[in-house]
Amino acid sequence: RVDEWTDVDRKRVMNDIITTMFNKKFMEELFKPQDLYSKKALRTVYDRLAHASIMRLNQASMDKLYDLMTMAFKYQVLLCPRPKDILLVTFNHLDAIKDFVRDSPGILNQVDETFRQLIETYSCLSAGEFQLIRQTLLVFFQDMHIRVSIFLKDKVQNSNGRFVLPISGPVPWVIKICFNNDLFLRMFNRNGDEVKRTEFTTGGNYVTPQREGSFDLYGDRVLKLGTNMYSVSRPVETHMSGSSKNLASHAKENIAPNPLAKEELNFLARLLGGLEIKKPGGSETGFRLNLFTTDEEEEHAALTRPEELSYKVINIEATQ
Amino acid sequence: MRAPLRATAARPSPGRRGGLSPRLPPVRLPSLLSFQAAWCVLPSRVLLVLTSQKGIQMYESDGSIMVYWHALDVAEHPPAQAVFARGIAAAGGRFICVGTSSGLVLVFDIPPKGTNITVSEVLEQHRDAITDIAAELGQAPDGAGDLVTADDAGSLCVWSTGEEFTLRSKIPAFGCACSSVKLWNGVVAAGYGNGQIRLYEAATGLLRAEVNAHARWIYALDLAPETGKLLSGAEDSFVHAWKLQRTPDTRRLQIEHCHAECVTDTQVCGARFCDPEGNSFAVTGYDLSEIFCYGRA
Repeated sequence: RVDEWTDVDRKRVMNDIITTMFNKKFMEELFKPQDLYSKKALRTVYDRLAHASIMRLNQASMDKLYDLMTMAFKYQVLLCPRPKDILLVTFNHLDAIKDFVRDSPGILNQVDETFRQLIETYSCLSAGEFQLIRQTLLVFFQDMHIRVSIFLKDKVQNSNGRFVLPISGPVPWVIKICFNNDLFLRMFNRNGDEVKRTEFTTGGNYVTPQREGSFDLYGDRVLKLGTNMYSVSRPVETHMSGSSKNLASHAKENIAPNPLAKEELNFLARLLGGLEIKKPGGSETGFRLNLFTTDEEEEHAALTRPEELSYKVINIEATQ
Repeated sequence: MRAPLRATAARPSPGRRGGLSPRLPPVRLPSLLSFQAAWCVLPSRVLLVLTSQKGIQMYESDGSIMVYWHALDVAEHPPAQAVFARGIAAAGGRFICVGTSSGLVLVFDIPPKGTNITVSEVLEQHRDAITDIAAELGQAPDGAGDLVTADDAGSLCVWSTGEEFTLRSKIPAFGCACSSVKLWNGVVAAGYGNGQIRLYEAATGLLRAEVNAHARWIYALDLAPETGKLLSGAEDSFVHAWKLQRTPDTRRLQIEHCHAECVTDTQVCGARFCDPEGNSFAVTGYDLSEIFCYGRA
């Protein structure tokens, strides 16, 4: 039976998960150039991370947590105004993580080390290379339309599960607009002199951006994507959008034999081998996190989850 | 896995089969990220060309036979770099040109029929991944070249095709990736990652127009050769139609905005005219399993 969580418990779980995630060996594996993981592989790693401490989740709550994570991530990648902004989003995540462990210099150091590695690896990539990374990520999340209540409430997601793409607001820090917030056209003669300028309305309502976000270890990122969604605490739910023809492609993917399966399992074993998992000791009872309002609801959710959305987690014992 | 679709429809022309055949090729395509699919219309035949991370495939237009397979040489690329082919165009009535992630442009010599396809040349002017290639769709003025190649850095090269390809002009980058390009009556129309469309003289590389057309990355450009209509689609959910006017004798160039269409909550990935006059066009987008067709009311 789950007892009340105390602040000490919360801090413990937070620290454990962050320590595990930013473990040197794990990060070394992640930074090796490689293809994107399969959905199964990603879910397996995520499960392992979520259970890195004294917190436990049942299948249904784990599924829900993962759904939430994927939709939030999809939202952030999709809405990046410029391809390079996925790096700023990453930095926003790291800034928030650093704040969670600000009282633990050891863990803080690990996170900073990863931060530096990210800067070193990605700062020099071109817009085209970032766009390729972004497109690859978007293909991974294609056809996922799980409704998240926090997104529905904030009107960033429609009731059909698709995200709202605003056609007003600041243009990315590479676009020029003119005084009336319209887009415009300039013509030049053979001497290079501007001979004509026309403005035209598109139906959008754009404004000039303030400034570019910082790509340094510390700085104002300007971009809000990737900042803590729960800085104002509110309840969160996810809703399956029900079976639709789009989900048929998921079912097909699970059935077809993957010729790279062996290679992938080996890779996963290496990756998970770098995750130092602390199993709760004899006297520690551990805490179960239920993302539903009652235990019965959680059980019901596990039974009624659409088959197409099952993640088929791989169990790997990667002890060293 | 479906890649963000860049819609490419065959332009119907007399005596040639247009549109996609309902029959799938018998070869099971690898489940890798496919980058592009394009019809290459040559005087004697139409080939379907597919590019991916592994290489380049060419099929007969009904998809029944794969006539050619070209594997990409991974050794040519620096480690930790993605390897792929991207950018497809039929050129000079005889060649199919395909770009690669290393910046090379492969020129394939295509016989009127059969599978005896060879690499006749490799163009080495680009240092960044090729994004798009386009052949002249109208009438090139003298010395203007009939092929344009574009790369991730935003550099463009204009070529004259033939037994040996000649570089005609080089258009320098200005700090933004050029995602798509079209060539018509000696005018290069280039779409960029910062939402700009630029028009250049193909013969000299001179900038003639700069349009701040979109608020996000432009994914697609298409041109209707019989009217000079230009179509642009971008991540900002908008598709714009423009009118290019080009008088070959006076070499005057005009561009004006004709129409804007907002595909609500959709990042447009592909936009193509469905006819050579540009009276209708088709649009595809991320997370969209439908193709939207727009026509005159």
